[in-house]
Amino acid sequence: MNLFEYTRAETLDAAMSAATEDGAILAGGTNLLDLMKIGVVNPTRLIDITRLPLHDIEEHDGGLRIGAMVRNADLARHPVILSRFPAVAEALLSGASAQLRNAASTGGNIMQQTRCSYFQDPLSPCNRREPGSGCAAIGGETRNHAVLGWTEACIATHPSDLCVALAAYDAVVEITGPDGLREVPMESFHPLPDANGTGPAPLQSGEIITHIRLPDSGGMARNARYVKLRERTSFAFAIVSAAAALEIQDGRIVQARLALGGVAARPWRARTAEKALADQSPTEEAFARAADLALEGAAPSGDNRAKITLARRIAIRALTRAAAGTPDRLPALPASVFEGDCNG
Amino acid sequence: MADVMNIQGHVRLGSNAGQSMTRRDGVLKVTGRATYAADNRPEGVLHAVTATAGIARGRVTHLDTAAAEAHPGVVKVYTPANRPDLAVSPDEKIHGFAWRTEALQDDTVRYAGQPIALVVAETLEAATEGSHLLAPRYDADTPRIGLDGGVPFQPETISIGRPPSLEVGDIDAARTGAARHFETVIETPAQYHNALEPHAITAQWTGDRLEIDTPNQAIGLAKQSFAAYLGVNPAHILIRSPFLGGGFGSKAILFGAQLLVALAAKDLDRPIKLALRRDQMYGPVGHRPATRQTLKLDVDTRGHIAALEHHTIAVASSFDDFIENASNASHSVYATTALRTTHAGIRADTGTPGPMRAPGEATGSAALEVAIDDAAYALGFDPLEFRLRNYAETDPATGMQFSSKALRECYAQAAEAFGWQDRPLEPGSMKQGRLLKGWGMGTAQFPCPMFQAAAHATLRADGSAVVETSAADMGQGAWTSLAQIAADGLGIDIDRLEFRSGQSNLPDAGVAGGSGHTATAGTALFNAGADTIRQLAELALNDPASPLFGADNAGVTARGGRLYRNDDDTRSEAYEDILARAGLDLLRGEGKGAREGEPERAMFSHGGVFAEVLVDPDLGQVRVSRLIGAFAAGRIVNPHLARSQLLGGMIWGIGFALQEEAIHDVRTGRFTNADLAGYHIPVNADVPMIEALTVHEDDPFVNSLGIKGVGELGVTGTVGAIANAVWHATGIRPKRFPIHPESLI
Amino acid sequence: MTQILNLTINGTSQDIPIDDPRATLLDVLRERIGLTGTKKGCDRGQCGACTVLIDGRRINSCLALALSYDGAEITTVEGLAQGELLHPVQAAFIEADGFQCGYCTPGQIMSAVALIAEGEAGLDPERVREGMSGNLCRCAAYAGITEAVLKATRAMNREDAA
Repeated sequence: MNLFEYTRAETLDAAMSAATEDGAILAGGTNLLDLMKIGVVNPTRLIDITRLPLHDIEEHDGGLRIGAMVRNADLARHPVILSRFPAVAEALLSGASAQLRNAASTGGNIMQQTRCSYFQDPLSPCNRREPGSGCAAIGGETRNHAVLGWTEACIATHPSDLCVALAAYDAVVEITGPDGLREVPMESFHPLPDANGTGPAPLQSGEIITHIRLPDSGGMARNARYVKLRERTSFAFAIVSAAAALEIQDGRIVQARLALGGVAARPWRARTAEKALADQSPTEEAFARAADLALEGAAPSGDNRAKITLARRIAIRALTRAAAGTPDRLPALPASVFEGDCNG
Repeated sequence: MADVMNIQGHVRLGSNAGQSMTRRDGVLKVTGRATYAADNRPEGVLHAVTATAGIARGRVTHLDTAAAEAHPGVVKVYTPANRPDLAVSPDEKIHGFAWRTEALQDDTVRYAGQPIALVVAETLEAATEGSHLLAPRYDADTPRIGLDGGVPFQPETISIGRPPSLEVGDIDAARTGAARHFETVIETPAQYHNALEPHAITAQWTGDRLEIDTPNQAIGLAKQSFAAYLGVNPAHILIRSPFLGGGFGSKAILFGAQLLVALAAKDLDRPIKLALRRDQMYGPVGHRPATRQTLKLDVDTRGHIAALEHHTIAVASSFDDFIENASNASHSVYATTALRTTHAGIRADTGTPGPMRAPGEATGSAALEVAIDDAAYALGFDPLEFRLRNYAETDPATGMQFSSKALRECYAQAAEAFGWQDRPLEPGSMKQGRLLKGWGMGTAQFPCPMFQAAAHATLRADGSAVVETSAADMGQGAWTSLAQIAADGLGIDIDRLEFRSGQSNLPDAGVAGGSGHTATAGTALFNAGADTIRQLAELALNDPASPLFGADNAGVTARGGRLYRNDDDTRSEAYEDILARAGLDLLRGEGKGAREGEPERAMFSHGGVFAEVLVDPDLGQVRVSRLIGAFAAGRIVNPHLARSQLLGGMIWGIGFALQEEAIHDVRTGRFTNADLAGYHIPVNADVPMIEALTVHEDDPFVNSLGIKGVGELGVTGTVGAIANAVWHATGIRPKRFPIHPESLI
Repeated sequence: MTQILNLTINGTSQDIPIDDPRATLLDVLRERIGLTGTKKGCDRGQCGACTVLIDGRRINSCLALALSYDGAEITTVEGLAQGELLHPVQAAFIEADGFQCGYCTPGQIMSAVALIAEGEAGLDPERVREGMSGNLCRCAAYAGITEAVLKATRAMNREDAA
C-alpha cells in the first residue's frame, strides 16, 4: 500500500472537494482497503466520510431514502426493508460475512469493484484498471465472467448482491457533486463496456453518492425473493443470482420485477421478461418464458456457456419462490438454493 | 512465550489416557494467550516482506532497489546481488526431507510467487510497500503449466524415496480371465494447505547464538537444517514452536525465506520477523499436486476383483522430485489376485509439491472409491456388499497379515447409524422436496508409520514429574494426549505432570506427520516414564526401610503416585517418600519411540464413511447434508480430541470433493485465486450434520501402546463417499474434483 | 506525521501515536500495542481470524483503517475473561472442543459473542452455522464450534434469567 494523506471529512462539501482523481473516498473500507493492499487502487489521499450525516434511513413516499453510510447489516435489519423490500434484506444477508456486513456501507457496496481475477492482478492487462491496456480475462479463466453485455474490451461482472435487488426495486442513486445533485437509476448506474473500454466512470470527479432511494414497492412487498447459486453454502460470491418481485392479484401477475446478478458488468434488469409476465398466471411455464427473454442475447465470453443455463434457471427459481410468497422470517440460509432442507 | 507452558485456570473434563479430556492448552487458546510465532515482538524487531515473481519461468532482469530503499522506513533490500551467503546451497538436498528452495541464490525464476527479494523495514507497512516498489522486470520464458502443459518424465522415486511401481501376481492373466472390465479416469486439482496461520519466523541473534520462533512440525530436524544451511553449530540454535496454527504437512519443510530472515537478522544485528501473506503461501511452502488417475478393475463372475491397476500422472516442479503417490492408495484396501500400481510425472513451472494431509492416500482414495462404486453398480451390488465381497483379509500388496483390522465393524456401525439398509440401488431414486438426494460410501484407510522420538521423564522430590520432548502441537492435541500418555507411564495423575515441549532444546520427538506423532512421541514418553519407575522401584525394593522391600519377583505397580506390591495391595509407598529416603531430589529416566526392525504385519487404520448429499437438480449446487464415519485406529488416547481430528479430516473431504482447487492462468503461470475468497475451503454452513464414531480395536503389533493415529484417516474414504453420493443423487459420475455445479446440470 | 488515535480497548482508554496512516486496526493491535490475541489469517477480510468488536459489533480488523476508528470502543479476545473466570463462550469452546490449532479461535470467539448478542440465531443450529460462516477454521472444528455457540447461548440465557 502506498503512502497517502488521511483526512476526515467533516462536511459533504469538504468531501466533494477532496474526491478528485488522486483521492479516494473511504467509507466501510472493506473493498477499498482490500484493493489498496493488492495494489489495484493507489490513491494518494484518502477522505474518510464515515462521520458525515449519511447514516439514516428515512421513510419517504411509501419508500425509503437510505444514507450512503448505512451499514449493510443495519439496512438488512431495518423493519421497512424486512416488511416491504425483503429481497433487499435477503440479498444483503447472502453476501459476504456478518463481520463484513457490519462494516460495509450502502454506497460502498454499490461502488465495489469487480472480482475479475485479472482486474485484481496488477500485472495483467485490464481495461477497467488501466484503460487501453487490453483484457487478460479473454482467453483466460472465465468461469466467473459475463454472459450478457460484455465486449471484447471487458468481460467482468459486478459482484454485488445488494445492487441486484436494488435494481429490481427501481432504486435510484442520489449523487452530489460540484454541479449539484443528480439521480441515476440503479439499473444503469454501472456502465456496460463498449467496444473500446469499460464505459464512462459512474461518478465524475468530486461526486459522492449520498443516498439510495427505494420507491414504494406497492403490491410486491410479500412476493419478493433473492436466490444465489454458490460454490459453497455460505460466504461466497454468486456464480449467478436473481432477484424477483411480483404483484399478484386474483391469480394474475399485475407487475413483475426481475434482475440477474453475476452475469454482466451491472445488475441485469430483465425488463422484457417483466413485461411478458404482466397479466400472466404465475406458472412455471410463464416463468420459463420470461427467463428465456431475460437471457436473450446471452453469449459465453469464454468457457462459461453453462452460466447462461444457470442464469436462466435461477431466474425461474427466484420467480417461483417470489410467487410462493416471502416467508415471514427469512430462511436460516438467506438466498440459498437450500432452505430448510437440513435440520441436523 | 515462557519456556514452559504454564496452565492457569485450566478447565478440563476427564483424566488419564484412554479417557476424554479437554485440551490442556484450552485456556491459553481461548484467551488469546497462546503464542504463535508471529505474536513475538522482540525489542527492536524489524519486519521483513518478500517480493515475489510475477512470471513462472525466466529471469529477473531488474529490481528497483533504489525506489524501495527510498521508501520511508525501509532499512535494507536483499536481492541475489547482495544477499549474505549460505553455508550450503538451498538447492542442495541435505537430507531426505529437504526440499530445494529459494534463498536468492540467483536471478532464476522457476514458478510464479517465488521469492525474488527480501525487504526489511521498521514497520510492516513500509516493508510491504517496499516490496511493491521493486517493480521487477523479467526476461520471461513460456511457462509450462498443469497436467497438459508440462513435460512428462518417469520418476525414480515417488513421495519420499519410495519405489514408483508395484506389481503383484500376473495382472495380464488375471485380466484376461475376468468377466467384466471397468476403467475410470479421474482428475484431481492442485490444492493448497492454507493453514489459517501463515508461515512465520522471528529470528534473533545473540553473538553466535540464534533464537528462532517459527511453527514447525519437526523441530529437531528443522534445527539440523537451519544449522547446516546457515553453517551454525546446532547447539547454538534454539527453535521455539509451542503452537502451530495448523500445519497439514506444509510446516514440516524449511523454505528459503526462513533462512534469509536468519541471515538478515545477523547482517543487520536486529531481530527480524516475517509472516507470509496469504497469496505468498501459494508456491514456496508446498501443495498437493494435480493428478490424472486411471483405474482398471477386472472383476470375475462372482463379483471378486481379479485385477486392479492404478496409474497416476502427477504434476511435479521443474526442479525437485516430489511425486504424489496416489496409486499406492490402491495397495491394501481391496482383495485382488493381481495388482499393478504405477506413477508418472509432469514437470511444470510451479512450486514443488509436498505432503498435504493424507498425501497420496486422499488423492488415490478419491479415485479408487469412485471406481469401486462404478463397478458395484454395474454388477448389481450394493456398494457396501461389493466392498465386503472384496474385503482384504490379508494385505494384497505384501501378502502379510494385518496387525489388526476392524473395518467390518466400522462398516457395520457407520451403516447402522446412517440407515444405509434403506438405500435404493438405482441413482436418482431419492428426493427431498425438489432436491435430489443421494447416498454414497467410501472406505477410509491410512498407514501407521512410526518415526524416531526420544523423551525424558524426571520425578521430583515432591512426587510430581516433568516430562520433556520436542513434540509439535498443530491442533491434533499433543499438549494433552502426550501428557496423558506420559502420566500413565509415570503412574501419576496428569495434574501432577509438567509437560515441556515445543522447543528444540528438548529430546527430539521427530515429526508431527504421517499420523504417527502420538504413537512415536507417546511411546518415547511412556518408556521414559517406565524407565523412571524402574529406577524408583529398584530403590524401594532394595531398601529395608521400604514397605516394598522384598517384593522381589512379585514386583510393584505404579499408580496414583505410589508404588504398590503386586502380591499385597495394602503395602505401598509414595514416590516422594522413596526419593526422600534415598536422598534424591530428582530421578530421571529416558525413553525412545521407534519401530524395531522390518514390520511383519501390515499396519493400517480403517474406517467406513457414509455421505448423504442434496443436489439441486436445476442449479447443480451440492450440500453434504449428513456425513457419518466409523473408524478403528487402535488405542484411542483421548476420544474427545480424536473425534475432532476425524471430523476435521472428513470436512477436508468435503472441501476436496466440492470446493478446493487452485487455478493457474496457463498463459502466465500465475494463480487466479491465490486467496481465501477464490480458493474455497469449507465454511461452517457446509457442515450441517457430521459424526465420527470410533470402533474398539486392540492392536498388539503396531507398537507397545497399540496406537495407530487418526490425523489423516478421515480425509480418505470421505471424498469418494461424497462423489458416490452425488452420483447416486444425479446419475452423474464425476470425472474431476472438485465437482462443480456446472457438471451436474 | 504522527497522529494520535484514541481507542478504548477492553475498557481502557488509550492514546496511541500512529506513525503511519496505512496501519490497520489489526496491525495497531498486534504490532503497536502488543495485543496479539487477535490473529492475521488473510489480511483481506476473507477468513475472520482478526474479528474484534467495535462499539459492540463484530468486524474484520484487517480491513479497518485504524485512524478511521478514532474514539471507538474495541473489545478483543483479551478482554472477555474476568481474571481467571472465563466468558461463557470461552468456556463452551473448551468443553465442546470448538478448536484444534487455536489460531482462528480468538476470531471465532469474538464472532460468537457478537452472534449471541445480535440475538438472531438463538438456538437454531442452522442459523448459528450461517452466522459463523465468516470465520474459517482450517482444522474444521465446525461441529464443535456450533455446539459451543449453542451451549454458550443456553448458559447466557440462564444467566439472564437468574
